[in-house]
Amino acid sequence: MSISHAPPQPVPDISRKGHAESLEPGPGPSPELVALVPSSSRRARVPRWLRRTTGPLLLLGLWQLLSATGALASDVLASPGTIARVAGDLIEDGSLTTAMGVSLQRVAIGLLLGTLVGTGLALVSGLFRIGEDLVDASVQMLRTVPFVGLIPLFIIWFGIGEAPKVAIITLGVSFPLYLNVYAGIRGVDSQLIEAGESLGLSRWGLVRHVILPGALPGAMTGLRYSLGIAWLALVFAEQINADAGIGFLMVQARDFLRTDVIVVCLVVYAFLGLLADFVVRTLERLLLQWRPTFTGR
Amino acid sequence: MATDVHRPVTGAPHGGETVSQHPTVVRVDGLTRAFDGRPVIDRLQLDVQAGEFVALLGRSGCGKSTLLRILAGLDRDIEGTVLVPRRKAVAFQAPRLMPWKRVWRNVLLGLPGRPERAVAERALEEVGLSHRSQAWPKTLSGGEAQRASLARALVREPDLLLLDEPFGALDALTRVKAQRLVDELWQRRGCAVLLVTHDVEEAVLLADRVLVMDDGVIAHEQRIDLPRPRDIADPRFAALRTGLLERLGVEAPAAPAAEAA
Repeated sequence: MSISHAPPQPVPDISRKGHAESLEPGPGPSPELVALVPSSSRRARVPRWLRRTTGPLLLLGLWQLLSATGALASDVLASPGTIARVAGDLIEDGSLTTAMGVSLQRVAIGLLLGTLVGTGLALVSGLFRIGEDLVDASVQMLRTVPFVGLIPLFIIWFGIGEAPKVAIITLGVSFPLYLNVYAGIRGVDSQLIEAGESLGLSRWGLVRHVILPGALPGAMTGLRYSLGIAWLALVFAEQINADAGIGFLMVQARDFLRTDVIVVCLVVYAFLGLLADFVVRTLERLLLQWRPTFTGR
Repeated sequence: MATDVHRPVTGAPHGGETVSQHPTVVRVDGLTRAFDGRPVIDRLQLDVQAGEFVALLGRSGCGKSTLLRILAGLDRDIEGTVLVPRRKAVAFQAPRLMPWKRVWRNVLLGLPGRPERAVAERALEEVGLSHRSQAWPKTLSGGEAQRASLARALVREPDLLLLDEPFGALDALTRVKAQRLVDELWQRRGCAVLLVTHDVEEAVLLADRVLVMDDGVIAHEQRIDLPRPRDIADPRFAALRTGLLERLGVEAPAAPAAEAA
């Protein structure tokens, strides 16, 4: 509307302060223009993998340098070169692979049992109100007990064989899975459940097509936490009364002040943890592909 | 297309069928629904005939969505008689697609037996979405998701289609297209439609009969006999719209000059 009734002469620019200039008709000095640079040309194009590997490699180089100059004594921390050599020896005589096999088996069994227990309990208390009343309070109470503190009790109950080690891992794994699966089930959008009802889904159909898939992201988070705790529980469990496994190798190495062997074992722990994380990531990618995620800029 | 089977949502079925040219697909008699002792629907009376397009208008909170939820069988804390066809389908304001199922699986969800994918493809074709049948719901635009939700309702071949403000969340252009689509689908399928909306124009554009709900009952009923397709610019259309708006408590603009627009 205002366009057709605009005054014939230009409106004085009221934002300018100088009154002598402001009364002057005609266009003022044109504003300074700034070029917007495309974001791709602003950064040097270093491949992402190279950027990400540079940091750790620098750290490793520094470590080797400190060892070589004698600033880092070998009975405090062995040099990366020594550690690599010792790792090669341990693999060659088979002691490392055997230990890894034993430890992996413990984690696998503990994880399997813990997943069954945690998910099972979460399903019972997530899907049924009576289950919630019976299970949830007990689990929330037991959850506050630090599971590592139960090791002495487990040794009395299960002896010093494989059973207490697996039991500790099972216990540690169960709680995060329970909590996340339970929260996942209860967090399913009630609107979707209503939509499922209106589509004629049965009770079991609702569980299968709506509730369980809806709880899956939570379950995956739980699984990740569980894996982290499984390795932690393994380390604790293997330091006590073990006669095989990576923890046993470490205890032995401690008695002989072999920092190189200890570091090899730590690297193996880290490597196994990384492997487990990779497995979960792959699972997530396959099972949660329906979820568009923010991948960062 | 006519409904033979009436299923009472609650209470005993009523006496005989009323003598009428069209069979009734919805019969509501003395329906009351109270929240914490406060009745939102109070002895409501409603009949919908087979193939009829009924729009239900009302201010927000007047109980129109509650009525739709009752007819959909999602709310059973009711008193009175409610008869609805066994085959009914709902499309909600939010599309409510399961994000973990591809579009075509969403369409088939809850269908009895083991329906083939072709069944879903046909329904998606009908709403013009066959090219997205393999997509994940979260990658659909608002209009596409709403069309998928419509396909999911139509694939059930309902005798009664319940629409709960299905165009409310769409942008203006998409809404016009979606309204036309619903009009087309209704004319092709011949099912009864109950459209809950607060858009008077939409109601007059689509419905055979517009009901205004107030104080828990149907307070006003307006037959729309305009020929289809309807033209918003038609003066009769404007008159109907103004009348309904007044019923809803919105007076016509005071300044006569503003009417020119």
